Amino acid sequence: MLTPESIEEVQEAVRSQERIRIAGGGTKSALSRDASLSTAKLSGILEYEPSEYTFTALAGTPLAVIRDELAKNGQFLTFDPPFVEAGATIGGTVAAGLSGPGRFRFGGVRDFFLGVKMVTGDGQAIFGGGKVVKNAAGFDIPKLNVGGLGQWGVIVELTFKVFPAPGEFATILVETSGASDARELTTKLAMAPVELFCLDSNSQSVQVRVGGLAEAIDARCRRVQSLVGDRAVSILRGDDDNRHWSDAREFRWVPEGHSLVKLPISPGEMSNVAETLSAPEATVPHRYSVGGNVVWIAWPDSLGQTEFDRVFASRGQNRLALTGDWEQPSQIDPRGAVFADRLQTVFDPGRKFAG
Amino acid sequence: MSTDAFYTELRRIYSEDRLLTKNAQLVPYESDGLTSFRAKPSGVVLPQTQDEVIRTVKLCHKYEVPFTARGSGTSLSGGSVPVENGLVIALNRLNRILSYEPGQRIAVVEPGVINLKVSQRAAPDGLYYAPDPSSGPVCTIGGNVAFNSGGAHCLKYGMTSNHVLGMKVVLPDGELCTFGGSSLESTGPDLTGMFIGSEGLFGIALEITLRMLPKPERYYTLQAAYDSLEKAGNAVALVVASGMLPGAMEIMDRLSMDAANAQLGDCYPKDAKAVLIVELEGTNEEVEAEKPKLHAVIEESGAHLIDAAKNDAERSRIWTGRKSAFSAVGRLSPDFIVQDGVVPRTKLGEALAEIDRLADKFGMRVANVFHAGDGNLHPLVMFDGREEGALHKAEELAGEIIRLCIRLGGSITGEHGVGLEKRAYFGEMYGEADTDFMQRLRAAVDPLAIANRGKKLPSAEAPALTSRGAHPLEQRGIVSRM
Ligand SMILES: Cc1cc2nc3c(=O)[nH]c(=O)nc-3n(C[C@H](O)[C@H](O)[C@H](O)COP(=O)(O)OP(=O)(O)OC[C@H]3O[C@@H](n4cnc5c(N)ncnc54)[C@H](O)[C@@H]3O)c2cc1C
Repeated sequence: MLTPESIEEVQEAVRSQERIRIAGGGTKSALSRDASLSTAKLSGILEYEPSEYTFTALAGTPLAVIRDELAKNGQFLTFDPPFVEAGATIGGTVAAGLSGPGRFRFGGVRDFFLGVKMVTGDGQAIFGGGKVVKNAAGFDIPKLNVGGLGQWGVIVELTFKVFPAPGEFATILVETSGASDARELTTKLAMAPVELFCLDSNSQSVQVRVGGLAEAIDARCRRVQSLVGDRAVSILRGDDDNRHWSDAREFRWVPEGHSLVKLPISPGEMSNVAETLSAPEATVPHRYSVGGNVVWIAWPDSLGQTEFDRVFASRGQNRLALTGDWEQPSQIDPRGAVFADRLQTVFDPGRKFAG
Repeated sequence: MSTDAFYTELRRIYSEDRLLTKNAQLVPYESDGLTSFRAKPSGVVLPQTQDEVIRTVKLCHKYEVPFTARGSGTSLSGGSVPVENGLVIALNRLNRILSYEPGQRIAVVEPGVINLKVSQRAAPDGLYYAPDPSSGPVCTIGGNVAFNSGGAHCLKYGMTSNHVLGMKVVLPDGELCTFGGSSLESTGPDLTGMFIGSEGLFGIALEITLRMLPKPERYYTLQAAYDSLEKAGNAVALVVASGMLPGAMEIMDRLSMDAANAQLGDCYPKDAKAVLIVELEGTNEEVEAEKPKLHAVIEESGAHLIDAAKNDAERSRIWTGRKSAFSAVGRLSPDFIVQDGVVPRTKLGEALAEIDRLADKFGMRVANVFHAGDGNLHPLVMFDGREEGALHKAEELAGEIIRLCIRLGGSITGEHGVGLEKRAYFGEMYGEADTDFMQRLRAAVDPLAIANRGKKLPSAEAPALTSRGAHPLEQRGIVSRM
């Protein structure tokens, strides 16, 4: 495993290798399996100016380090990245295109990624985007890297936009009478002007997180309660609230012997997906998140990839397996391939990063 | 292959009333919101269907005719100025909202749909489309996509790019692509994001899936007057340090207040050197709790007059003043150039002082109205185009301001795009290697360089600066620049 410590060493590594697979913290094991280059030694926050709402960090910087540094200044990563405790890095999070439940409020990783320094297939170091919160010059190379799984090159440095963190959070757990009740409530809450941070659900409950000034938080909870009718409600505050979302963000609900798969959906597809997930022989734990815009699936390893693809075949879904043993962890809509392929001839003419 | 053959084939697609080639018909398409640039196309087509657009692009490719997509032509950077003798593909008739699904908070629109129409459609459901350029009543979603347009509320909600979930596009050789979808989440590289802001160089957006948000139920808008620009700038820093996240923070300087006063009657205090507008928005509960905090910060910042909107009418009065500033500057000066540079917020004070110094040095007046919350300046360089060399001098001063933004670590454009106007500075911002890399990306997508040739990236050919004056829509008072 190559472990470059500077951008020059990354360039050298890229020039000297025929094939490069990149690993960050290794938390998405399905994606970093055969890695040949690790960003472990490209770690650290390079610039952080709280009053600008921006920071720049090296790709291998653990999210936990960033979270702690931002917290000292009352700021946070708005897109609520997953696997913070597990050791995920900022670079790996971008490459995998992952945001957590809290992205419901302000947006996902794509919406806060401003600038990138990276090394392309011919060993060139390029910079794309900007270091200020607003910039319309150049092509949006930062966004292209989101979800790219390293196909465009080695991300070395990233600049992000951050926001002030809410003074306090609280969570309202609403019991629902079944999956369709949960879907109905999700839609209602998503359309209401109540500015939720998280809106997750499964067939038994809808889980809602509000945040803001401490003095308004009780009123915010009551407000959400007023929208849920006579469904039973419990409120989580302080550590309980924290633990609930930490469990969600770290995917602690995924049982042993299951692989985690991300399936982006539109809220209207929730019922179809529910039906599909009831088809296999085994029970398939899952969780809807971001107001029904994504379903996280814990797929039983005993069923395997072939069965997953068979079950979902008719839907032609995009999917991304994050853990487990998959021949093809990523499956994406081929209708953008013509454009992507043309860009690839410039980023990676020798196809060092492909596959 | 000749132009004649090209037009013969075009006539198979378009009837005479939708294929414009006569001189008089072409004039309205010769320039955009930045009226200093002009170029004459050989023709303009007015497609009504996506299929017509695709067939037209294929013909342009076949005959190697450069084309420029056009929405409402309100670009402020020369982005929609035609390529000399090229074809203009005017998309205003592709103006259908193809689907609108409130339960899913999305709308799928054609590129010619007017920005404001989207929010109007969603209003009955309490939803809206967040990006709010002040040209919203006239500009198109296609134009917004090409420039990644913003508005006064970008700080909190981001630009166009943050509100587009998916797109169908035709590449410069007629190939069709679909990016993203109707979900907030996705897998695979963010091709939607890469296409947005490409200023027409990657092809034409045919169908755009927009994200709708619940409209904030409560706004609280105040306007504070200061005896120096610096104090207003410091107030922004104090608000930021307080941990509040307002929906908008805007500053107007003395000159823009004078202009607004001349247009709207005396709505701004005569003794103030700057006013700051801060708008809180959100749930009733949250805004109520934030109000006293905001007032405490603004008082601490040394404002000598605080004017808080007590109702919707007073809020809209504050915004009308702000949004009229640019057209009002037209009353103070026959001509002006608006710049769009960004500086790190902590360097606002330095930037403003330096712009003052430059204005003195050039002996010209520069008004300033800007998105203080994200450091996006809009200096208005005033000049009289009838004076020999004045336009040139104004261009030079504007260029110095752009360089200043680069030097301070910012950007040459926050929301108006590079277009024709800022190409010369592109390389100074990105450096030779990165600029070359972007040229190569462009060449890979469009080897013939037929899609909006000569825009965004530095290149040799540039139409001459000629005419001047406010945008016709501004002259009629329909929109104002921001
Ligand atoms: C008075 C005034 C106020 C303004 N205020 C703001 C503001 O507050 N914020 C802001 O960001 N901008 C502002 N602008 C600038 C301008 O309105 C925006 O850039 C807007 O997005 C342009 O839209 P349009 O429909 O006029 O596009 P056009 O000017 O017609 O075209 C703009 C660019 O988009 C390309 N294009 C158009 N349609 C497509 C398509 N379907 N696919 C691909 N490319 C396409 C064109 O080739 C061109 O490069 C203002 C302009 C004026 C005149």
